Amino acid sequence: MTQLQIFGATVLSVVSLLGALPAFSQTPEEKGFDVAARSDRSDRGFGDSEAEMTMVLRNAAGQESSRSMYFSTLEIPDESVGDKSLVLFSTPKDIEGTALLSHAKILDPDDQWLYLPALKRVKRISSKNKSGPFVGSEFAFEDFTASELNKFSYKYLREEPCGDLQCDVVERYPRYENSGYTKQISWVDTTEYQIRKIEFYDRRDSLLKELVFEDYRKYDDKFWRAHRLSMKNLQTNKSTDLVYGEYKFGVGLTDNDFVKGRLSRLR
Amino acid sequence: MKDTVRQLILGWLPALILVAGAGNAMAADSGWDFSGNTALQLRGFAQDALWPEQNSSDAEVSVSGEWEVRWRSDDGDQRASFIPFARWDENDEERTHLDLREAYWAYEGDPFELLVGINKVFWGVTESVHLVDIINQTDLVEDIDQEDKLGQPMVNLAVQQDWGLITLYVLPYFRERTFPGLDGRFRAPLPVDWDDADYESGAKDKHVDMALRYSHYFGDVDVGLYYFHGTSREPRLLLADNGRELKPFYDQIDQVGLDLQYTQDAWLWKLEAILRDGFDETFMASVAGFEYTFYQVNESDADIGVLLEYQYDERSSQEPLTTADNDVFAGVRWSLNDAQDTAVLAGVVVDKKTSETFFNLEAERRFGDSVFLELRLRAITNSEQDEPLYSFSRDDYIQLQLSRYF
Repeated sequence: MTQLQIFGATVLSVVSLLGALPAFSQTPEEKGFDVAARSDRSDRGFGDSEAEMTMVLRNAAGQESSRSMYFSTLEIPDESVGDKSLVLFSTPKDIEGTALLSHAKILDPDDQWLYLPALKRVKRISSKNKSGPFVGSEFAFEDFTASELNKFSYKYLREEPCGDLQCDVVERYPRYENSGYTKQISWVDTTEYQIRKIEFYDRRDSLLKELVFEDYRKYDDKFWRAHRLSMKNLQTNKSTDLVYGEYKFGVGLTDNDFVKGRLSRLR
Repeated sequence: MKDTVRQLILGWLPALILVAGAGNAMAADSGWDFSGNTALQLRGFAQDALWPEQNSSDAEVSVSGEWEVRWRSDDGDQRASFIPFARWDENDEERTHLDLREAYWAYEGDPFELLVGINKVFWGVTESVHLVDIINQTDLVEDIDQEDKLGQPMVNLAVQQDWGLITLYVLPYFRERTFPGLDGRFRAPLPVDWDDADYESGAKDKHVDMALRYSHYFGDVDVGLYYFHGTSREPRLLLADNGRELKPFYDQIDQVGLDLQYTQDAWLWKLEAILRDGFDETFMASVAGFEYTFYQVNESDADIGVLLEYQYDERSSQEPLTTADNDVFAGVRWSLNDAQDTAVLAGVVVDKKTSETFFNLEAERRFGDSVFLELRLRAITNSEQDEPLYSFSRDDYIQLQLSRYF
């Protein structure tokens, strides 16, 4: 190594140190928020999306049952308002056509309507039930609707390897009411900024569930989507896998596709 | 003979179900979708029938099938639906019947939709009585809870705006309410000759009825408001000339209906009200109450909901008979939130003045992927001879229904 190279390396490391300095002055809370915001904003601009999903429910004895449904989402770019989403069930056949429409809010309760096809009835439902199971699965309602950045406050913990990647480990605390969790610990990779794993801690602050995100695929060169989400309840040994089909983006969905009056016109 | 029929049905039904179940290979995302269900229903009655000509059997077997054919165009703008329904009942020939629940074509533009054909429409928010729901006629032979409806021919235009949904219904043909026959349970002392009705309108069942409805939500409040002009879905039952039957008479009515729900925390506050210019007067009726849910009771996955509703109806005895005139409904809903969607709803409706009481229990659970079992228990107590439910007072029953979906 020549003198010049040593000089150059020194300059570089000083510069990179300087560059890193603002991060040192950040509190863990700020850094945690930044990691979450970077992850959330990597998805900004997707507009709308549709996907089919199969939910496989497994009880402690390993017995399986499954449900299939069709998911569509409309992005609301304003971070102070949540996205709109629609779930339409296709199996089990006795609930075929049942649909759930959600207008997510940040801290206020979400607006939710349920459509019951046998009576053709639209029912506004209470969204207080954040921590209850979603259609008998190990996913709670809040696990689907609480992906909005500002629904949590954050705290940065550490960086560590996660599989082949490096991950930022960030603790997050629900800011909305009626959550079943005191905290969640999330692993967000430092390459694509996607969530790889979440641990959920119950109201007694003991580890309740673990959610692993797998089979990430990139759409339109920008948007990452996990196609396999495996949730395991560590207290009951029950588990639920969500297996997604291909996503479609830019389908042309509008606000009018996410109104209660459309629920009876979905099939 | 009847026993032979019963054996035949019980013996052959599983095979029939299997055959019907074989047709489910059609992919949901293609243009066509075939589905439906076949069901075996068993009813057991606690007492002998009240009226002499009613069937003396304390058990009743019936079989039903509903087949759904749906289509959507490649661009998604057009869809069609064809849903025939059929029931065979061993005792009551009027309950053995066939209906087209849906048979329509619809074109979806933005922001409107046009639908032409037979369809089913539900309006309302309350649980104990569906006061504002008026588009479809009740298929009363199916169930006395009046939640089963006959398909209604219509031209329907729906326009969605930021400020709400406007729907216009033109209803060119009227469906007569079905009633149990001479052999059937749940009937008045005389059977209703329901397919020979009289009408106030000279156009009879060809009178073109109209309805216009607005629905939307404002924050936590959901609201629906409509105006209906046309043939009353509720008949007055008059003694026929032969003196051996009742004849339905359908008046022309004008009706305004309102439904409101305020959703706050775990509370659902509900109101339905109608104002009807009926046969000989203008009267109002309403039902109001709440549903409060305790979520994840005792740290389980189960929810328990508590329901309370008050029913009021000021109509005179000249108008079609109602039981929901001054009654309190109290109920409990227990949802296990398990993979089998197990749920139980139990309730009583008590008339405040006469103490006439209607008890109802409904329980349901899925077995495997496609078999659904429903249990119903219904009973009437404290019914005196001059009260509206007296005719059904010895029709307490338990019903088991096993449905196979495909």
